[in-house]
Amino acid sequence: MMNLQDFLPMRHEILLVFLMIVIILCEIFISEKSKHYVINISIVLFVLQTIVGFLPIQQGNMFGGMFQNDLFRSTLKNILSIGVLIVFLQSSGWLKKEENKGKISEYFLLLLSTLIGMFFMVSSGDFLMMYLGLELATIPITALAAYERNKSKSAEAGIKLLLISALSTGVLLYGISMIYGTTGSVYFADVAVNFGKSSLQILGLIFFVAGMGFKISLVPFHLWTADVYEGAPISVTAYLSVISKGAAVFIFMIILYKVFGALFDMWNSLLYVLAVVTMTVGNLFAIRQNNMKRFLAFSSIAQAGFILLGILGSNAMGAASVAYFVLIYIVTNLGAFGVVSAIYNASGKEDMREYNGLYKTNPMLSLVMTLALFSLAGIPPVAGFFGKFFLFTSAASHGYYILVLIAVINATISLYYYLRVIKAMFIDPNDNPIPYFKTDVPARIGLVICVAGIFIVGFATSIYEAIYKFTSLM
Amino acid sequence: MINYTYTVWIVLIPLFMFVILGLFGMKMRNSLAGILGSLGLFTSTVLSYITAYFYFFKVGPVDGVFQSVSAYNIEWLAFTDTLKVHLGVFLDPISVMMLVVITTVSLMCHIYSIGYMKGDTGFQRFFSFLSLFTFSMLFLVIATDIIQMYIGFELVGLSSYLLIGHYYEKPAAVAAANKAFIVTRFADFGFFVGILLVSFYTGTFDFTVLINGDGSIFAGMAAASFMGMNIITWAMLLIFIGGAGKSALFPLHIWLPDAMEGPTPVSALIHAATMVVAGVYLVARMFIVFHFQAPDALEVVAYVGAFTSLFAAIIAITQYDIKRILAFSTLSQIGYMILALGVSGYGGEEGVGYMASMFHLTTHAMFKALLFLGAGSIIHAIHSNDLRDMGGLRKYMPITFITFAIAVLSISGIPPFSGFWSKDEILAAAFEHNKIIYFSSVLVAGLTAFYMSRLFFTVFFGKKTEYHHTPHESPWVMTIPLIILSIGAAFAGFIPFNELVTSDGAVFESHLSMSIALPSIGIALLGIFFAFLLYYKKSNTPDKITTSLGFLYKTTLNKFYFDELYLFVTKKIIFNIISQSIAWFDRHVVDGSMNGIAWVIEKTSVKSKELQSGQLQQYAFIFVAGTIILVLCFAYLFN
Repeated sequence: MMNLQDFLPMRHEILLVFLMIVIILCEIFISEKSKHYVINISIVLFVLQTIVGFLPIQQGNMFGGMFQNDLFRSTLKNILSIGVLIVFLQSSGWLKKEENKGKISEYFLLLLSTLIGMFFMVSSGDFLMMYLGLELATIPITALAAYERNKSKSAEAGIKLLLISALSTGVLLYGISMIYGTTGSVYFADVAVNFGKSSLQILGLIFFVAGMGFKISLVPFHLWTADVYEGAPISVTAYLSVISKGAAVFIFMIILYKVFGALFDMWNSLLYVLAVVTMTVGNLFAIRQNNMKRFLAFSSIAQAGFILLGILGSNAMGAASVAYFVLIYIVTNLGAFGVVSAIYNASGKEDMREYNGLYKTNPMLSLVMTLALFSLAGIPPVAGFFGKFFLFTSAASHGYYILVLIAVINATISLYYYLRVIKAMFIDPNDNPIPYFKTDVPARIGLVICVAGIFIVGFATSIYEAIYKFTSLM
Repeated sequence: MINYTYTVWIVLIPLFMFVILGLFGMKMRNSLAGILGSLGLFTSTVLSYITAYFYFFKVGPVDGVFQSVSAYNIEWLAFTDTLKVHLGVFLDPISVMMLVVITTVSLMCHIYSIGYMKGDTGFQRFFSFLSLFTFSMLFLVIATDIIQMYIGFELVGLSSYLLIGHYYEKPAAVAAANKAFIVTRFADFGFFVGILLVSFYTGTFDFTVLINGDGSIFAGMAAASFMGMNIITWAMLLIFIGGAGKSALFPLHIWLPDAMEGPTPVSALIHAATMVVAGVYLVARMFIVFHFQAPDALEVVAYVGAFTSLFAAIIAITQYDIKRILAFSTLSQIGYMILALGVSGYGGEEGVGYMASMFHLTTHAMFKALLFLGAGSIIHAIHSNDLRDMGGLRKYMPITFITFAIAVLSISGIPPFSGFWSKDEILAAAFEHNKIIYFSSVLVAGLTAFYMSRLFFTVFFGKKTEYHHTPHESPWVMTIPLIILSIGAAFAGFIPFNELVTSDGAVFESHLSMSIALPSIGIALLGIFFAFLLYYKKSNTPDKITTSLGFLYKTTLNKFYFDELYLFVTKKIIFNIISQSIAWFDRHVVDGSMNGIAWVIEKTSVKSKELQSGQLQQYAFIFVAGTIILVLCFAYLFN
């Protein structure tokens, strides 16, 4: 007999569902004219959800081990929640626009349902649950990418994402079926026990990595990234590049550690290759981008390559460094996206060359952008430096010195294109720069959170230590 | 057991003062900023004295040995499970002693500065940096691990830089600030490499582990060797270089005389009493390691100390700038402290050198701060640093005259003033250990008495110079610190250091040996006598002597051309020959290849952009092709 208490480990997910129900009710009962209150209601509710997420959580397994929750996983969910909160804050100004009037709650509902998918994915204890979570996370996001239906680019982004993700899911499912076929189970624990080293299992591993590589946008499974990022609305792009990627990284790491332990050497060399290719190609492409969204897309590909270094650390320290980096990456990248989105909402501009002279007219935004880019480039003393530092350390502690060297070279190259934006804003002259504008309050709060994060997360070692502690408990 | 947690406030209060004065100082009236800074420091001083009382007297030695206490300790960074950086407060006899010395001198300098800096446009800035310096210095001495100490070293270097450059409109001050920063920073590099070596082999930064007397953690370092010397000796020598930079030991002494460009209270506090003894403190802190693990390095320490001491004393004789004379005398006295550590043994009476060094550090802090503040009072009155502009000042400035006299007698080693007692212990230690160092030290004692008396007679007696304004005594905010410090300079010698601060923390019997004391008093009196003959009344005998010495005199006057030597090495050799060739290499080879790489990256980027065609079919193809290629690669690799 199950009673209600047994559902406590699922608190994050249950609350999210409840939240969605409230939003639906709002959609039904609030009159057309005051629909924009849905934005504030949703944000306030989600703030509560995020805070509640940090309360002590009941650890435990449910549904015979399909669903698992522990301190590490709930920490990961909390990290994702913080990110989503910032995305919500930043999207408020854009949602208030006339063209989005009729579909405000649609945005929140779709976004939250992908978040539920990700939570299930992170909490999954078997391949089936993980697959379900993944799909639940992917399908609404394709709808979101096509959110601006009237714009052909947005529609294109949606359909491209849908088709490519269908392909990748197919590959992933194929891989899972091979693993199921050879081990007779989909439960992570059972699969790990029954692992041999048959070639079919290696094939399964590669297919699994390819399928996940799509979500994390590893090269060569990354080609959709730039087109979708460019076409989708900015807040969706921000969501895709940070939250969606972060969740996928988490479960990818958990499964590699927990399930594929027997194939340790294989996936190590696999990730080694992918890390090198991803960092390098991401960087090479980013150099030439002028559209800010495409630019950030490729930068996020390169960052994914760096994350693989942490995964290669393959111990508690590696896992902690990845979680810590993702947290930093969330505040950093959302800081950058926040500025891009504020500028786009105010002026409709998203080309790097149009940013020339921005510092003269909008000094605060330029400074926030600079900070975020410094953090992305990993310049001390901002948080990005510490994030990369721990990633590199965890790879180096496994003896991957050459890989770390390649990563450092890539980080140096990345400095070039990050500085390009800064140069545009501060140095390049412009006769009619984007005029001064006021950013709306929620977006400003979002940016403040990002800036605070960029400073605090790096210096407060207690955050890293807390993550590390939870990781070692996993 | 006493809970010492409150000691953390001794350090934090100056930090708060720095922040408050730094942020809001400009909105305050000058007097308020000065009083606020001084009050903050007064609190620290009182807490330090309370701590000293508790530590030395209330708790006292346990089984005859003073115990070290970890009063406050937080883990700051954990590199690995064992290698961690802590921040905290570590109390043992020397750190408690240093707390008292630093806060006392700093408080005096704070109060004095209220008068001395009156009307200065950078008044608030000055006080906030003074607080920053005090914080840094206290942070350094209570360091609970070696990284904290290193941070303290850097911080005092920074605040010294800021304070030397206080008059930043003056090019000389800026140059001096840069010089001090660069030289000490260069030396700190040695310190840092030393730290890395030690931590690499021992796996710890923690002082409680490093200096607990258990030498086994250094076994690996002693066994490994590099270029014929074992690693521990290398490491300790490198650490000593860091100390030598801060303490301005030969040949890294060149920055200290120039640092006199800073305001005089700064010279008194930083460049006489506190920061420059950081090197001495560092060697004392690591003394047990030096003594048992790296006796060769300790030998080097002794000779560097002895040489600096003699070298600086000779230069001091010929200088005319009153502050520079005091600066060279500081070099010389620090040489004394260092050589005392170098010749010291460990434990009981063997460790008399260690005790003497700490003893001299304390007494020196008192009388040298007093000398500098007295000099400041003189400069304040006649607006000149030059000895040749001074004379007959005893009539106009009675308090300065009397206090200065006490300081001169103290530094010259005349009983019963404090300098005599500590110098006597140093000489005794040197006598036991090394006769060459002993004789050189006795000679230095004579020279010291001579040049200090020369200064004293020239300024307060001698010719009657015509002054533009009649010089007048300084205001009470400046004279009261002088009086308080003169009490210290007179009586600090009666503090029983052998019962408080010793190498192993245990009390030992110390007695005055006449065979050491009498020659040193004799030679000091001789020095004073010669100075009296030459400088008490205006005469041309000194000029005659200098002309007859000619070349020798000129060399000494120019400080043995050390600045020129450094300039030659840096400007002519490093800049011209090495830098220029490197610059050529950089422009043509490095830039060339970088541009080449950039060109290749650019081209690759252009070419590979074609992959990103926007065609979905192509994306899917690459996706699948990528997967297949991976499969094929792995099939090949693992089967």
